[in-house]
Amino acid sequence: MSALPTDPVAPQPKKNYLNAEYGVFSWLLTRDHKRIAILYLFSVSIFFMLGGLMAVLIRMELATPAGDLVEPDIYNRLFTMHGVLMIFFFLIPAIPAVLGNFLIPIMIGAKDLAFPKINLLSWYLYVAGGLFTLWALIHGGVDTGWTFYAPLSTTYSNTWVLPVGIGIFINGFSSILTGLNFIVTIHRMRAPGMTWFRMPLFVWSHYATSLIQVLGTPVLAITVLLLAAERIFHVGIFDPKLGGDPVLFQHLFWFYSHPAVYIMILPAMGVVSELIAAFSRKKVFGYHFVAFASVAIAVLGFLVWAHHMFVAGISVYAATVFSILSMLVAVPSAVKVFNWTATLYKGSVSWETPMLYAIGFIGLFTIGGLTGVMLATLGIDIHVHDTYFIVAHFHYIMVGGAIMGYLGGLHYWWPKITGKMYPVFLSKLSALVIFIGFNVTFAPQFVLGYLGMPRRYHAYPEEFQVLNVMSSAGATILGVGYLMPLLYFVWAMRYGKDAPANPWGAVGLEWQIPSPPPTENFHEIPVVTHDAYEYEKPSLKEAPVVG
Amino acid sequence: MSADTHHENAAPLAHHFESYEQQRESASLGMWLFLGQEIMFFGGLFMVYILYRWMYPHAFAEASNMLNVQLGTFNTAVLIGSSLTMALAVRASQTGQSRKIVLFLILTMILGTTFLGVKAFEYHHKWEEHLIPGSSFAFEGKDPAHSQMFFFLYFAMTGLHALHMIVGLGLLAWLCFPAWKGRFSAENHNYVEGVGLYWHFVDIVWIFLFPLLYLIGRKGA
Amino acid sequence: MLTSAPFFPPRASALAREIDFLFFTTLGIAVVFSTLIAVLLVTFAVKFRRRSPSEVGREMTGSTLPLELTWTIIPFLIMMGVFAWGTKIYFEASRPPANAKQFWVVGKQWMWKIEHPDGKREINELHVPINVPIKITLTSEDVIHNFAVPAMRVKADVVPGRYTTLWFEADRLGTFHLFCSQYCGAEHSKMTGKVVVMEPTEYEKWLASGGASTVQTTVATGEQLFAAKACNTCHRADSTARAPMLWGLLGRTVKLLDGQTVVADESYVRESILNPAAKVVAGYQPIMPTFKGQLSEEEVIQLINYIRSLKAAESESAR
Repeated sequence: MSALPTDPVAPQPKKNYLNAEYGVFSWLLTRDHKRIAILYLFSVSIFFMLGGLMAVLIRMELATPAGDLVEPDIYNRLFTMHGVLMIFFFLIPAIPAVLGNFLIPIMIGAKDLAFPKINLLSWYLYVAGGLFTLWALIHGGVDTGWTFYAPLSTTYSNTWVLPVGIGIFINGFSSILTGLNFIVTIHRMRAPGMTWFRMPLFVWSHYATSLIQVLGTPVLAITVLLLAAERIFHVGIFDPKLGGDPVLFQHLFWFYSHPAVYIMILPAMGVVSELIAAFSRKKVFGYHFVAFASVAIAVLGFLVWAHHMFVAGISVYAATVFSILSMLVAVPSAVKVFNWTATLYKGSVSWETPMLYAIGFIGLFTIGGLTGVMLATLGIDIHVHDTYFIVAHFHYIMVGGAIMGYLGGLHYWWPKITGKMYPVFLSKLSALVIFIGFNVTFAPQFVLGYLGMPRRYHAYPEEFQVLNVMSSAGATILGVGYLMPLLYFVWAMRYGKDAPANPWGAVGLEWQIPSPPPTENFHEIPVVTHDAYEYEKPSLKEAPVVG
Repeated sequence: MSADTHHENAAPLAHHFESYEQQRESASLGMWLFLGQEIMFFGGLFMVYILYRWMYPHAFAEASNMLNVQLGTFNTAVLIGSSLTMALAVRASQTGQSRKIVLFLILTMILGTTFLGVKAFEYHHKWEEHLIPGSSFAFEGKDPAHSQMFFFLYFAMTGLHALHMIVGLGLLAWLCFPAWKGRFSAENHNYVEGVGLYWHFVDIVWIFLFPLLYLIGRKGA
Repeated sequence: MLTSAPFFPPRASALAREIDFLFFTTLGIAVVFSTLIAVLLVTFAVKFRRRSPSEVGREMTGSTLPLELTWTIIPFLIMMGVFAWGTKIYFEASRPPANAKQFWVVGKQWMWKIEHPDGKREINELHVPINVPIKITLTSEDVIHNFAVPAMRVKADVVPGRYTTLWFEADRLGTFHLFCSQYCGAEHSKMTGKVVVMEPTEYEKWLASGGASTVQTTVATGEQLFAAKACNTCHRADSTARAPMLWGLLGRTVKLLDGQTVVADESYVRESILNPAAKVVAGYQPIMPTFKGQLSEEEVIQLINYIRSLKAAESESAR
């Protein structure tokens, strides 16, 4: 085997995980982690499109200063559901449940995850949670904002808070079980010779993500239960009129929801590590530092939640502590950015589509992350809290970062997952369209925020219109950019060229098995004898794994 | 590691594992992680309780005095006893003594059911005294709003705990079948160990609940 | 006239200028680092582009530690500098000067009820004199709102059941935006208003105007309430007093029954009215009944203003 020229196109193997069995039930009752990944791929895509549709409507409304497209009630439901669907049903599951599920066992040389049936259960919980939320959506949706602040959500809102709460609650267990599965798999099912520091960084970042999922999500669960209890039984937990404390809700909510943003970005960082290594044909610079940085982000991420509450009435001393900790959590992210950049130095860099996404990620994540440091600065946050500056900041990370990472990963592993190649020119073009559309949409929002335009406003003073129109125009471009992969990926499933086992000439266990892989991944568990990303020593062989 | 082939196992080696040892260790780690997230789940509720207790100590103490300490103490003893019988069940499964496993499982279930019975009695009593939070709540105290909050937290915490116990009882009942059929052995008893871990966790939660809820402000009458 | 500027709102206070300085400095640092990364990425991607299909990259020899330490410690130090600067500003923004004029704001869905120190009320508009520090104590009647004045670069959440504060000193005349900056329900976008900064003489004239209605001062209203709610049956000067005397209370350090000491600020007085058992003064019994549900937030404000106005001589005579 070698990492060098791409393998000549091999004839499609007779049996792979896609054609091993036919029939709806062979999919709905599968235990194969790869099939479960495909199930997730379809369901997260549906939620992404729904959430995206809401974004389109929001930006259409905001093209004019008056609230003239939809009623305020409808607008409030739109931005709430946009947040709920995108965060809980797309960003949190997407990379782990699609790419993580598919790749983690293969990358560590295992035949499946530790608990395949629980993996399937995770998908069903995701679907059940999604159905509750969709039911609420169809019946009118929720208008509290995805943050559900009390007492608005417990006492004053008369929308479908409970069904959405139940949907989020159930979905939370999907997340917890996936995280549990990954942790046990990574601890116990690595192939012989696959030590912790030989694992791909993709696995390290999913390990860190899983720690957050297992430890953080239960706090959201109990918060949702308490919210429901107050709403149903009118007991005072958060409503001051009944003796409760509304700021307590914020503490409980953000204790999960801040680590949740690291659930959303760490997997994308893992993808980027893989892409940078593969398309520089070089080991990621500072491998150990990047691995530890992932775990550091997960741990520190639990200590910063009240930076969402600097003007909520917390004590100035508490605010100071949370500000400094929030700066600290930026350090490991910065370390990663520098290490990725250094990887390209003296590398052998090719501009394939996945690499375009990876480079885009690094640039946009850097901008998003640095604006995060600005927000952690107390004096600045007073002015920009709850303005469009915040909206721009988190979209730079979530869309410019996480979604670009997801798309980059999809483009990189698509040949492995489906056995087909997608059209190269179109894929590069859509990466460019997405990059441009994204920046035109969100860069003006930084300015809008500093000018003082608050979030969640459906009508605004006229002087903010020019920037809003720019942003809406960008959203149109971005929307077109997202539609393109949807179309050509589907086209490629039918008409794409057959993909070889290693179309990129990359190093990694997943590139040594056929595209698409057989159900059991490996006929014999490989014995690993070298580090990850050993591009310089292609003569080193691993135990033969015949596909 | 040779597969245990001379009698059927409760947990045959799954296709994706390379050895029984790997399967067993995975199951064990999985259960520990699950309990870790349960700790965070209960922990959120405990934080709410601790915060409000700190903010409204008198209201909470007044309300707490309405709970029956004797019954609470009895229940604590019952639950600790059930952890003992559970541990004995696990020990029996490690040596493959199927009759003993079933005996101790049944004893654990009896003690667990006793606990739940006492709790049901306590809940009913609270309902009669109009201490269930909601429209029928009536409490003669200086700060009824925060005393009601105590009772809400009491029912939420003990109710969540009781729910976990009911699940535990179900698991114990389920275990009796393979145990009776002799499917547990030295190499193959991780199901019993796993349920044992879960049961001990439920016990430990109660050991925190009992003093927090029943024993505050009791300096003697 | 509302002014607009391309990248920042009008700077109507010294704090606004300080915050802008901090913001644009950190923005500059961010631009420098982002540009550095972007330039490095593009440069490396071009300079080290793959020249043959079988080419691989070349690993660096030697330890990566010096480089790792450098790019960990330098950003960390820069961030600590930014942190210190930002924290200093935040502390300043949280501590109104002692001579600040006390305004009150009660927010509710979806309007702002504003009260001047002398009791004059406004809805959705706040007229203030220039070069006078203004302290605002805020509370909500329903959900959480946020009182935001971009031109002053200040905002604070407005929370039901408690008080929050903010302060500013306008040093520029004009009319500036007031926004609600915490989502509060259907008409959140409409919960906006104006802050009008006037010359002190104009402000006095404006205060004195007000049309036919003789607005009673807040202190007089508070005094009436104090009697109507029978506060004076216990809070009185004679020897049968069962409650502490209230003159000079605001700002005094109070010793409590459980040994703690607290500074009696507006929040303390509000809590003592609505939840008297929470902080009982040393030497007294917890016998004060609660007035929760019997007083609106505005009535509580009137009482606080009345209590603040009490002087020793006045309280000597029984009422």
